[in-house]
Amino acid sequence: MKEKTPESSRESLMIAGRAFSSRLIIGTGKYRSYEEMRAAHTSSGAEMVTVAVRRVPLDRSSESFLDHLDPALQILPNTAGCYSADDAVRTARLAREALQTDLVKLEVIGDQTTLFPDNEQTLEAARILVKEGFIVLPYFNDDLIMAKKLLDAGCAGIMPLAAPIGSGLGVQNPANLRIMREQLPDATIIVDAGVGTASDAAIAMELGADGVLMNTAIAEADDPSKMGLAMKLAIQAGRLAYLAGRMPKRLYASASSPLQGVIK
Amino acid sequence: MLRVYVNGEARDFPSPLSLAQLITELDLPPARIAVELNRTVVRRGDWSATELNEDDRIEIVHFVGGGRS
Repeated sequence: MKEKTPESSRESLMIAGRAFSSRLIIGTGKYRSYEEMRAAHTSSGAEMVTVAVRRVPLDRSSESFLDHLDPALQILPNTAGCYSADDAVRTARLAREALQTDLVKLEVIGDQTTLFPDNEQTLEAARILVKEGFIVLPYFNDDLIMAKKLLDAGCAGIMPLAAPIGSGLGVQNPANLRIMREQLPDATIIVDAGVGTASDAAIAMELGADGVLMNTAIAEADDPSKMGLAMKLAIQAGRLAYLAGRMPKRLYASASSPLQGVIK
Repeated sequence: MLRVYVNGEARDFPSPLSLAQLITELDLPPARIAVELNRTVVRRGDWSATELNEDDRIEIVHFVGGGRS
């Protein structure tokens, strides 16, 4: 029924030739304490976490946030808060200088109320950053044509949104994700933004996503550590269900037991 | 005196001043920060040799918790 390409059926999440055994990438914001964040990171099994770049405060001493992260985690700097291609490119360059990583989660926001991405500025920034050797993972609207343009620009993977950032609404356009998966079988697709609970993550994976990135769903849970584990299991379950190939949906019942031999 | 703009704030320092001296004057931990001078990143190894000029605009960043915007 579904075509399973070598890329999308691999055991590991592949990003620019690097393999990650966890398909969950998580954020580092909104936790009530560093301790709570670390516990959630551990229980989630995530191998990659994303961090934001901001001005250093000049009037008070600041500890390095990175010291609160497990050193084994791959850090994925993001350009959160940028509203133009120029700002995003500058932010990515600063992140690379500080962290010595070419990875960047590219994010160019178009509107403060919805935090929807500015696809045009995102594409412009992606082209510049790819030329400069960055491994670019762009956040964008769940649109196949935009996905193709970003991949043509040389992005290592794509990060379509499921719903507005921090909304917890879950996958709003399952058909768009499914179409993207089917039309781009070799692309690394990581659903980013909008997951609220474990079933949302499982649905994203069942639709064929290679991974899910989330922050608020874990950080704002009453028990982030427990939710981290729930997300880990949901992503594993969703991935397995995708690989297993679900049964077709039918409008009417279809008995599982044979009709012959029923007592009269 | 030399007036420069650090993270958008006007700051006065005795002249001459290198980027490395600015970082020291501001008492910033040099690990895991990055510096931009007039919109161009200056690599850590070049901080000492980079002399600042009047009205230079410097951005000094670090990392904070965050998922997205």
